[in-house]
Amino acid sequence: MARRQRLRSGACTVRLEPRSQTPAWLWLVAPLAALAFTLAVTSLLVAWSGAPVGRSYALLLQGGFGSRFAWTETLTRATPLILTGLAVALAFRARLYNIGAEGQLYAGALAAVAVGGLHGGVGWSLPGWLLFPLMIAVACAAGALLLLGPAWLKVRLGVDEVVTTLLLNFIVLLLVSAMLDGPMKDPSALGWPQSVAISDPLQLDKLIPRSRMHTGLLAALALAVALAGLLRHTTLGLEIRAVGANARAAAFAGMPVRTVAYKVALLSGALAGLAGAVEVAGRAGYVTLDMSPGYGYSGIVVAMLAALHPIGVVFAAVFVAGMLVGADSMSRAVGVPTYIADVIVAVALIAVLVATLGVRWRVRFR
Amino acid sequence: MGETLELMLAAPFWVAVLRIATPLLLGTLGVLLCERAGVLNLGIEGIMVAGAFAGWLTVYQGGGLWAGVAVAALTGMVFGALHAGLTVTLGLSQHVSGLGITLLATSLASYAYRVTFPKVDSPPTIQPFADMSSWLPLPVLNQQTPLTLLALLLVPALAWLLYRTPLGLALRMVGENPEAVEGQGLNVAHLRTGAVVAGSALMGVAGAFLTLAAFNAFYFNMVNGRGWVCVALVVFASWRPGRALAGALLFGFFDALQLRLQQAGSGLLGLQLPYQFYLMLPYVMAIVALLLVARRASYPQALMKPFRKGQR
Repeated sequence: MARRQRLRSGACTVRLEPRSQTPAWLWLVAPLAALAFTLAVTSLLVAWSGAPVGRSYALLLQGGFGSRFAWTETLTRATPLILTGLAVALAFRARLYNIGAEGQLYAGALAAVAVGGLHGGVGWSLPGWLLFPLMIAVACAAGALLLLGPAWLKVRLGVDEVVTTLLLNFIVLLLVSAMLDGPMKDPSALGWPQSVAISDPLQLDKLIPRSRMHTGLLAALALAVALAGLLRHTTLGLEIRAVGANARAAAFAGMPVRTVAYKVALLSGALAGLAGAVEVAGRAGYVTLDMSPGYGYSGIVVAMLAALHPIGVVFAAVFVAGMLVGADSMSRAVGVPTYIADVIVAVALIAVLVATLGVRWRVRFR
Repeated sequence: MGETLELMLAAPFWVAVLRIATPLLLGTLGVLLCERAGVLNLGIEGIMVAGAFAGWLTVYQGGGLWAGVAVAALTGMVFGALHAGLTVTLGLSQHVSGLGITLLATSLASYAYRVTFPKVDSPPTIQPFADMSSWLPLPVLNQQTPLTLLALLLVPALAWLLYRTPLGLALRMVGENPEAVEGQGLNVAHLRTGAVVAGSALMGVAGAFLTLAAFNAFYFNMVNGRGWVCVALVVFASWRPGRALAGALLFGFFDALQLRLQQAGSGLLGLQLPYQFYLMLPYVMAIVALLLVARRASYPQALMKPFRKGQR
């Protein structure tokens, strides 16, 4: 009886009972229910803007997934989201609440340009096959070091990493702004501040000609598989899962809890930093202040939608990217503001959280 | 340095400090109330955006300024109730739910703004709160709007509530030891839900200060991390209302200082720095504030721990 629980709220009593066995149909129904709820709520908002609801959703899906062009755009957008999603999922698995992926992404992008864009894009006088790995490594290191600080403060002083990583996002963005105005400014760019570009050989190849989809997508997919393997089949993976499940129990079992926290911070920060380098090398070739429309923050949503599973991150990232791309084309056609994509993603996140709860617990009203 | 000192002694400087501190104080008190009851509310950033928009829209549509404040508080309460439902009733992760609330509130406010004003180049303006110079005979304070006075009065009010009333005792206890509250025959879920809803109302008003007193229009990025700073300030304040005031003022001091230093041109100690480094100062100070108190920070013991009756 100890695990029975009753929670009173308002007039009715909500009681949660753990399910000893989850019926198979529930695994199917729960996500569908979350999707239906999301559609119901957001269709009210679409109707409010005065657009025809059915046609708007058709345009949204068509714009995100309806054609070859739509798919290339969606997958291009999904690439950084997979990487930041993996960064967040890994950190959250070990209960290191890294909300700083946005800052780490920019740090990685800035570091990539610092290496690959020296002397006006020529780089160091190193051969390309050496300069490219160096650029990626430095970008990863920049992101990793940016997260190592908050992780160290958490482990040593007990400073909440949520707040420190959040605040670092703002500091890094201002640093990027200062660099784009100063040492890394592209002298030939007029108007908007942008950095010098990395040299052409350092840019990633396109996967499909005449699209924006680049080989960074393959790297992101490979990393998702690698990370799933790491969590499932390695000692570090076991330690990460154990520390995340119960840090005290893990410590009693003799696991190096602090070292695990540092390793996770380095890996997570490196993934987010890589997202920045891949965006630079795969897209424009230079850094601007608006190169990331919140990829770091969306990475948190992606990770949560995927229930922190690396393979799930890929699908969640494609979903979120498809919504963003689809909302752009829907907005152009029927004038629904593009912010609807963010609303859809936010409602979907909350709906999925509740649906996941419903799978594991039986909710009783009395 | 002499120039800097001169700036700091002038009355306009302190007027700016108090103005910058006001939304931080309101937000910090809101977070404080939630956390004292054991619930982390990372929804603050989004709730401030939604409060700023809702309050501004009310006034723009012809409502009074105080009606705008009330609507902003109500908006905060709605999102607070959602957060409480997810974290208190259902016991979901407070981190994740809070971030979800921030995302939802921010995107809803932006969406609603674009639906109501599809094609405007410059944001429509309202007539904001006037200062209190016509009736208040106090030097720096009478340059502020009534919302600043409200925020300052809320400090002793909240302290009185928390330390001098049975409700306050129950609220503090529910954040430290919910089992003991249950043992007293009190309802943990009710207390926590109430605290989160009330705290979120304060966050909504904090946002409304930006549109109804500090500026006269709604901009997408106007909150710009102020909510997160409040979460840091609560730790700095050791979850005490009086210290929250001190923290908000200290923070306002540094923010006003960096604004003056940017304008002064001579820079800090004669050092010429890009303006972005001055803008960083508040965020850096927030992290420094966290470090200073880290060793003796006494988090409410049950913070972030969902309470499930009969379960240990």
